[in-house]
Amino acid sequence: MSTNTHQQRVIVVGGGLAGLAASVRIAESGLPVDLFSMVPVKRSHSVCAQGGINACNEVARQQGYSEYQHFDETIYGGDYLADQGPVLEMTNFAPKIINLLDRMGVPFNRTAEGQRDLRLFGGSLFKRTHFSGATTGQQLLYALDEQTRRYESEGKVNKYEFWEFLAPIIEGNGDTRRCVGIVAQDMRTMQIRSFRADAVIMATGGCGLVFGKSTNSVICTGGAASRCYQAGAWYANPEMIQVHPTAIPGADKCRLMSESARGEGGRVWVPHKKGDTRPAKQIPEEERWYFLEERYPKYGNLVPRDIASREIFDVCVNDGMGVGGENQVYLDLTHRDPEYLTRKLGGIMDIYQKFVGVDPRFEPMRIFPSVHYSMGGMWTQYEPGNYIPDVPKPEHFPGNVTPIDAELGRGMKIGSPRNMQTNIPGLYAFGEVNFAYHGATRLGANALLSCIFDGLFCGLGVVNYVREGDPIERSIGDVSQSVYDNASKAEQTKMDTLVSTVGNDGGENAYVIGKELGVEMTAASTVVKTGARLEKAVDKLRELRERYSRVSLADSATWTNQSLSYTRALGDMLILAETIVKGGLLRKESRGSHYRLDFPDRDDANFMKTTVAEFQPSESDQHKIFYREVDTRLVKPRPRTYGKSAS
Amino acid sequence: MAASQTGATSTAIQAGANAAISASSNRSSPKPGRKITFTIKRCDGPGKPSRWESFVIPVEEGANVISCLQYIAANPVTKDGKHTTPVVWDAGCLEEICGACTMIINGKVRQSCSCLMDEYAPNEGDVVTLEPMSKFPVVRDLWVDRQRAFHALKRVKAWVPVDGTYALGAGPKESPASQGTRYALSECMTCGCCMEACPQFNLEDDESKWDTSFVGAHAISQARLFNDHETGKVLKNDRLDALLGPGGITDCGNAQNCVKVCPKHIPLTESIGVIGRQTTFRAISKWFQGK
Repeated sequence: MSTNTHQQRVIVVGGGLAGLAASVRIAESGLPVDLFSMVPVKRSHSVCAQGGINACNEVARQQGYSEYQHFDETIYGGDYLADQGPVLEMTNFAPKIINLLDRMGVPFNRTAEGQRDLRLFGGSLFKRTHFSGATTGQQLLYALDEQTRRYESEGKVNKYEFWEFLAPIIEGNGDTRRCVGIVAQDMRTMQIRSFRADAVIMATGGCGLVFGKSTNSVICTGGAASRCYQAGAWYANPEMIQVHPTAIPGADKCRLMSESARGEGGRVWVPHKKGDTRPAKQIPEEERWYFLEERYPKYGNLVPRDIASREIFDVCVNDGMGVGGENQVYLDLTHRDPEYLTRKLGGIMDIYQKFVGVDPRFEPMRIFPSVHYSMGGMWTQYEPGNYIPDVPKPEHFPGNVTPIDAELGRGMKIGSPRNMQTNIPGLYAFGEVNFAYHGATRLGANALLSCIFDGLFCGLGVVNYVREGDPIERSIGDVSQSVYDNASKAEQTKMDTLVSTVGNDGGENAYVIGKELGVEMTAASTVVKTGARLEKAVDKLRELRERYSRVSLADSATWTNQSLSYTRALGDMLILAETIVKGGLLRKESRGSHYRLDFPDRDDANFMKTTVAEFQPSESDQHKIFYREVDTRLVKPRPRTYGKSAS
Repeated sequence: MAASQTGATSTAIQAGANAAISASSNRSSPKPGRKITFTIKRCDGPGKPSRWESFVIPVEEGANVISCLQYIAANPVTKDGKHTTPVVWDAGCLEEICGACTMIINGKVRQSCSCLMDEYAPNEGDVVTLEPMSKFPVVRDLWVDRQRAFHALKRVKAWVPVDGTYALGAGPKESPASQGTRYALSECMTCGCCMEACPQFNLEDDESKWDTSFVGAHAISQARLFNDHETGKVLKNDRLDALLGPGGITDCGNAQNCVKVCPKHIPLTESIGVIGRQTTFRAISKWFQGK
């Protein structure tokens, strides 16, 4: 062991649910945490989550539901692309997360007796979603924000808010390669600095902004993930982008209408008569086409998101049956008691009223699908738990004896430093930026769960990595200062180069390129894809990258230069976009959110595999795509139909 | 397989995103294709002088202040045709839930994402004035530093002191009524509106004075939220003692401006009343105990 005076510490990048949960867990274990965020952590994108968080509880259990069934649903919902071990562990751990949040004071909705209430959510026939109004994400984020502030006031968490992550610092090659810190920039002073750390956790969320308008916050560029990818971290399943079926289209973004609207009885319909111009309320019941209920008698409006999105898309685009001939369908809650709606869905009722000017308690909402969630993300590994059956189990039915109990350590080994570590030792990915849990599509109300689970469960593995792993053998304190200086110098050069383009004649405007990128990606790579259209997108991205090389920055300020920040992120978004398109082009099948018109069936023989992208800066095509087998040792794959009717 | 196979590509989803919903039963009828003027108070950084710049902006369907600022970012040219820098502002979710994009619009503090042009500036040539909040130090243009508001949450220990994050069972049972009260308080997003509108809350650049300057209605309301929680109560006296000190509850002048501007309709004056009673009891009991 080294004799230097280096104090071990962990860097967490991103202050959403995953980053805060990790910070709290790690600070609690006694390791100081440096928490970096582009925004005050209380404003992280997790705040937008509406519907709820899944976990089996006693009421569900007594109806025949189980943690195992939650696991089975998640694997089935994700079309078998999720890592089975981590998902089993997550669903078994879920009830503990709800209890913890409850203890932290999250105002979960209550029954008359004072128990936590539950609601229905897509992909399940059991009520297993805990919720706090329709602003569950906000309430959960605040609870973790409060605990983080508590640790901050005790000096155990050091917040760097308004700091932008620029790059991981990686030293060594081959077997000795590891992450030893980060480079970040103060978004006010524009100072670029490197930071030493024994481990780095990326918890930076999704990449919705690559698609221009999405339900994501404006900070969700995917820039941070792209920077890790360019530094050698693998990026997995980039093509798996979830399009949420119900959002309000807007000029600046699309606003989410939570799936809980369907869970609380919301019915999706269009007029039976094409181009019917009557107001919704004047269209009698028998002249309404409830196409989800008709096509999926078992699940009805509660089909998972990819299916609902494609059906809405089909009805509007292919059949031209959208409301008023436009790309809109009704999401109708007007048959429910307005007071009940306020109590259970107040948050989203307000959003609709505020941004559309119509009260959804009395008039059906008009909605359309929008890009929502990145199932893909940085590739991570895990150490399997002790449950590995001789043969994978077939479909699990409610009420049946579960093949395994819900003890911890069944799916993933508790405290293993490998859990959610990327292919670079010391660099971890938690939450949405991690690819592991959702497979080919995410079940509603599983995102909050996966984020907090990563933070709490896998946070322990990070502590063990720091305390017992490589940093003990080779102290981070011994890493030469020049490694850090060179890393920040490289970023400084990159910034200086961009700033030097200010005023270039004929230079390209980054915001214009960004807009074109969004339009192209949305058109080519969302609800329905084809090989030909994706090929076209490859060309368009090449053109945009070429134009980006001639970009001219709009602002030379050395103080709070948002143009610099955006322009730099745009370059990283373009690279990520290429992996999204290339991954989609090479995956010649349809699975979950990835739907290829030219390959409409799931192809397990060739594609029951994780897409992995590796950046190769020296090659002409910089993205090497390869495939890794998905571990299907726990549950046997079956066709994913959700009881679709034969017609 | 869900979609029928007619060969349509998903350009439609972008068309859907572009065609912002026009259903508008309770709105004034805006003039389509109009241009409006944004007059924006600009400042290059702390200690720098402010200046005003105007921009003419074509209004998209469904536009809000944010989409207009985005337009300026892509076209940073003033009304007089002068090239300028893109305007700097703070924004996050654009759904009025993260609290980032608070600014003063035509003299009133609010979130800019929910300020819709069809309602707000329906006519050709309407003028919209944007200024940064005045009670927090300006970082640049419309972006202000609200760290003091978060610091106030530390002053009142706005958290439940749980024993740790390990599996220690469920929290206390709670009635739906109590949950309802706490939920309303828990929606506070520390956006700064109540502080901006408060005559007792003033700009304070000096961080060392944040512990003694007026704490703000949001923090008083958060103290109530955690005093109401079965476990949070453990710190009730600490919170009340903090609010009995300088910059605490007695600094409230009862102007009631806070509650009028709160975008989340949090019953701030009610919270101030509740905390006022709790601090009074606390002060009396301390007096009897001779502390």
